[in-house]
Amino acid sequence: MRQSHKPTGPALERAYEQMARMRAVEEAQIRLWDDGLVPGELHTGIGEEGIVAGVLLNLSDTDSLALDHRPTPALVGRGVDIEGLLLEIMGHEDGINHGQGGHMHLFAREQRAAGDGMVASSGPTACGFALAARHLHPGSVAVAFFGEAATNEGYMMEAFNIASAWKLPVLFVCKNNSWSITTHSREVTGGKLIDRARSFGLATAKVDGQRVDEVQATAGRLITRMRNGKGPAFMLASCHRPQGHFTTDILVRVVRDPRAGASELAPGLLAAVRAPGGSRGDRVAGLMTLTRRLGALAVDQARGGRDPLASARRRIGGQAAARIELRVEGEVAPAERSARLRMAGAPAAPALPAAPVMPEAARASKPAMKSGGAR
Amino acid sequence: MTTMPFAEAVDAGLAAAMERDTRVITFGEDVRLLRRTTLVRFGPDRVLDTPISEAGFVYMGLGAAMGGLRPVVEVMLVDFLTAAWCPLVNNIAKYEAFSGGTWQVPMVIRASVGGWYGDGGQHEQTLWGSIAAIPGLKVVVPSTPADAAGLMLAAVEDESPVVYLEPKLLGEIWLDVLAGSRRPAVGFDIPADGASGDVPQPIAPTPIGEAKLRRDGGDLALISAGVGVHRALEAAERLAGSGVQAAVLDLRSIAPLDTTAILELAARTGHVVVVDEDYVRGGLTAEIAALIAEQRIDARFERVAVEQTIPFARHLEEAVLPNTDRIVAAAERCLDLQRSSA
Repeated sequence: MRQSHKPTGPALERAYEQMARMRAVEEAQIRLWDDGLVPGELHTGIGEEGIVAGVLLNLSDTDSLALDHRPTPALVGRGVDIEGLLLEIMGHEDGINHGQGGHMHLFAREQRAAGDGMVASSGPTACGFALAARHLHPGSVAVAFFGEAATNEGYMMEAFNIASAWKLPVLFVCKNNSWSITTHSREVTGGKLIDRARSFGLATAKVDGQRVDEVQATAGRLITRMRNGKGPAFMLASCHRPQGHFTTDILVRVVRDPRAGASELAPGLLAAVRAPGGSRGDRVAGLMTLTRRLGALAVDQARGGRDPLASARRRIGGQAAARIELRVEGEVAPAERSARLRMAGAPAAPALPAAPVMPEAARASKPAMKSGGAR
Repeated sequence: MTTMPFAEAVDAGLAAAMERDTRVITFGEDVRLLRRTTLVRFGPDRVLDTPISEAGFVYMGLGAAMGGLRPVVEVMLVDFLTAAWCPLVNNIAKYEAFSGGTWQVPMVIRASVGGWYGDGGQHEQTLWGSIAAIPGLKVVVPSTPADAAGLMLAAVEDESPVVYLEPKLLGEIWLDVLAGSRRPAVGFDIPADGASGDVPQPIAPTPIGEAKLRRDGGDLALISAGVGVHRALEAAERLAGSGVQAAVLDLRSIAPLDTTAILELAARTGHVVVVDEDYVRGGLTAEIAALIAEQRIDARFERVAVEQTIPFARHLEEAVLPNTDRIVAAAERCLDLQRSSA
């Protein structure tokens, strides 16, 4: 990789600000979830900010983004209204998707970015975005964000192939956090991902996702190539998943609080291991399998230093970082406060932009929902 | 009898099958963690984690069943089973017929279904009507721990492919990981009789294709499956308050349907309301209406089902699912009653 492409000074500060904003929004989401204001599961993008910000800093308005089940950092990076995002993940009708989508299914049409909860859907969807771009916005590109586990879905391999065969301007960004939900990816993955991508004829690059400057430079090189009609690329970026798969990750819970974890898991396991079943060897092997997995996660969790924000902070200096963090907090904290008030029934503050025009389908379905479902 | 929670009963049914027959194995996404009690009891050779590649590992289940094993293939949520629609519809469902009955596919496809906990329209579907439409597939949906265990055992022992669908609202582990149920500030309308109950010991198979009358009544039949059974029971209780005696039939199997029980109840009450947590179009509700019409049974008919993409927001979701208010309203329409104060 050519070092000269790496951002320094003000450019790195800009990248840090992007990441800090993303992180602040993710942390706000966790607070809202902890308080019971966010229904269902919550997958955060904490740990992925270096990758997302590094890629996004290379994009223009006509580029499109197909996102996965951790869509919020990219949406924040694209400038989606933060209060609208927070309202959406709480299911408020003034959320960016009127409470219909929730945190996994977030859609920002103006910013050309769509999140989705089906593993690997971002790959082929980005191919379609790229096809549309080729017709309607030549020189524009599409980006697919996904995890390494998604490369085991057939769809993703189909996307690699069609993008290569049709020379589509797609950047496949693989955020490698080493875990497939709560299964260690290396136990269910054959070969090397970079070899897989290369064998489809994709241009490939590997990058440390903890270094936003390196991601920015690497993605920049691949995207410039794509804009010049040289075809799709695959960027394998490593990252860390400190929050687990979701905020309810059982493994993370056990590793963080072994005593509580043991009292949660042990009774069931002890009863099972004593019940009639397989041989003694089978049972021991079963217990060892679980223990190994917890051990792997414990090692993973201990790597607290693998934080893209901490890494960038060291290089721009504490003073510059603190200044940026203050500015970001000044944006995110009021948005969170206002969103909480609105969830509690307060009207929108007058300074806020008007709610976006509701799409036809949502408008049509609205009366049925208001009537409490009685037909 | 042992009292146990719903999710534990499913696994108890599976363990009973694995104990009886060493050809029974289970694999799927995160199975070694989710089915950890099965893992430590039967060992890692019979409890396997797959990559996230549904089409591939569901096809693998087909091959394993044809090769002599009895696989229980777990696709975490039924929504994800759509990624394996091809093996399910074109292969698993068809090979027994294609082979002229000479090569069975004794496999179970296990998935969790349904909503009521705010996970959005891509993680809360049931899709049982669509699956049941395919000849060659059996589809079961337990609503109590006893049937959770009994239907699992029956499914594994069946010579045909069975799709086993467990309602997430009844399973503690699903609510923990998918709904964050440990948070003090969130609540769910969980039917107590579904979430925990007596399971006969030793576990006996629940016959597939046999419905169960959960409540008798002569004025109206409420027909449902899964969580809908409990919502219907609640509606029946409310209707009893206004003097209406409603029967509640728990289908337990969506395919094959217990047509005898359905038709008998329709003829006896003359008023049928089908409560379905699946989509309204082309599904279970229409199938039951057609059955009644085909037999020239003179019964009035209403249905309560899902009519749109399930919204994420809890209050919008509740309104779209077949909630008790909707069931009571449909029952009153069916009986030409004035709308009660509910």
